[in-house]
Amino acid sequence: MPPAIDIARLRHAYGNRSALDGIDLKIERGEVYGLLGPNGGGKTTLFRILSTLLIPSGGTVRILDLDLLRDAAEIRARIGVVFQHASLDLKLTVLENLRHQGHLYGLRGRALLERIEAILRCVGLTDRRNDRTEELSGGLRRRVDLARGLLHRPELLLFDEPSSGLDPLARRTLWEDLQSLREEQGVTVLLTTHFIEEAERCDRVGILDRGRLVAQGAPDALKRSMEQDVLVIEAEHTEALRAEIEAKASVTTTLVDGTVRIECDDGQAMMASLYAGFRERISAIRLGRPTLEDVFIRETGRPFETEEGRNAR
Amino acid sequence: MPDDARRGGGFFLPAATLWKRELVRFARDRHRLLGAILQPFVFWLLLGIGMSASFAPAGIAGTMSYLEYIFPGALLMVLLFTAIFSTISVVEDRREGFMQSVLVAPVSRSGVVIGKVMGGTTLAVLEGAVFLLFVFQLDVPVNPVSLAATVAFLFLVGLALTGLGFAIAWRMASTAGFHAIMNLFLLPMWALSGALFPLSGVPDWLGWLMRINPLTYGVAGVRHTLYLEAPELAGRVPSIEACLLVTCLFVLLTLGISLGVIRRREGVR
Repeated sequence: MPPAIDIARLRHAYGNRSALDGIDLKIERGEVYGLLGPNGGGKTTLFRILSTLLIPSGGTVRILDLDLLRDAAEIRARIGVVFQHASLDLKLTVLENLRHQGHLYGLRGRALLERIEAILRCVGLTDRRNDRTEELSGGLRRRVDLARGLLHRPELLLFDEPSSGLDPLARRTLWEDLQSLREEQGVTVLLTTHFIEEAERCDRVGILDRGRLVAQGAPDALKRSMEQDVLVIEAEHTEALRAEIEAKASVTTTLVDGTVRIECDDGQAMMASLYAGFRERISAIRLGRPTLEDVFIRETGRPFETEEGRNAR
Repeated sequence: MPDDARRGGGFFLPAATLWKRELVRFARDRHRLLGAILQPFVFWLLLGIGMSASFAPAGIAGTMSYLEYIFPGALLMVLLFTAIFSTISVVEDRREGFMQSVLVAPVSRSGVVIGKVMGGTTLAVLEGAVFLLFVFQLDVPVNPVSLAATVAFLFLVGLALTGLGFAIAWRMASTAGFHAIMNLFLLPMWALSGALFPLSGVPDWLGWLMRINPLTYGVAGVRHTLYLEAPELAGRVPSIEACLLVTCLFVLLTLGISLGVIRRREGVR
């Protein structure tokens, strides 16, 4: 079976500013693929292109074995799109919103109502069907929006920042919904995220930074590719400490977010010797298994920062 | 997957559902309901009564009060305001993201324009029809035929105005910009339509502005249909044929521009 998404040499520029700079990406059917990256990395541009809202400057995009520019109408019928900001009419009830959505996709009558009931059961909102969406919490709205995106049984779901603006509990419920809907319908999912934790739940992750896909693979494989241990040191005078450590221990260090970061082969031994040598000046020292954030730092040389501040792991 | 979904919604079903949504939203928003009628009503009453006391407009029948003279104009103001309200919702739909899910659906772009514009037009005509009831307070010789003809003509003008609003609103990022357009463009267009004073007696340059203003033919058309039973009271205005022709062209032009704007700006066709 051809891949769900097949992108080659994709470029896009807004005037002189390049947003995507030669993306090659294949997403197989049934995968949950996460595009991880900081804001402004190109996620939104790629998302808008895939959802047929933006014509790319160059390259080819095939979705469900259809050409984006030639077969947009059929692509639209076969994909579902959930945007970062819920695209629901707040003045309408849950049921009215879903009925409206069904009509846009040519569903009607009894078949539509049965489908709406089924999907409301999936997201656990059967008893809220007659509530106006403006009365629902952010988490519930997000679930209605997910139901909206999957109502017409798309083969591919594009999901922009699923957890943005949700509290941890609502996040977990949303992911449970997504998993059960995925099992029920066998839908392929492409999501964008700037949460490391969310990216780790995906089958595969692509790290998008400054318009380029700098790394991709299964989260575990990516983390294993970080062969070295990571030591993170908190201290008052990090600049000075860093210089001294480099001079004494002959390792390369980086300053990330006010901490000194060291990659080394034997983290435990290094930690012991650092602690012995700089005990008074270190306020905390942490030896961690590499995370996707470390992968990001290795590939880009920068900390992974977002608008919401430093990413919570 | 159902076959229906593979084909997508096409034109009629999406247009109908967008149309219905406009009506439901309107019914749930009492302020809009009142606002669009009350403002023209107050305007009509104050201006009509105030001006009647001091001025007699040039070129209209001597027996007609100013209140009666500006009634067709006030009727069009109701249409203009309703059209503006409903096109402001275009800006909101786009800002709040609702429109995004419509645009990624397999829906023809003309279906989106028609659904949205027909929704706004329906509301405009409904409000216009309510305002039309005030005609019984005036000395206008109406009958069912002239009232029906007036409503029909209001429908045409409503289409044109809502289409115009859609074409403007689609490019706007905020409703604030829309208010500027309204004050600088739409209200002067209304004021120079023969709503407040007739063409006869104005300086040449103003006369020409009024003649190229499509809304002039809208107001004149309403005068024709309203005074179907007493054509001499319609005053010296463009002929009914000219009014129909210009208004129809106005409709086609604004709908065409709306379609062009949505096609050009919204991704893959």
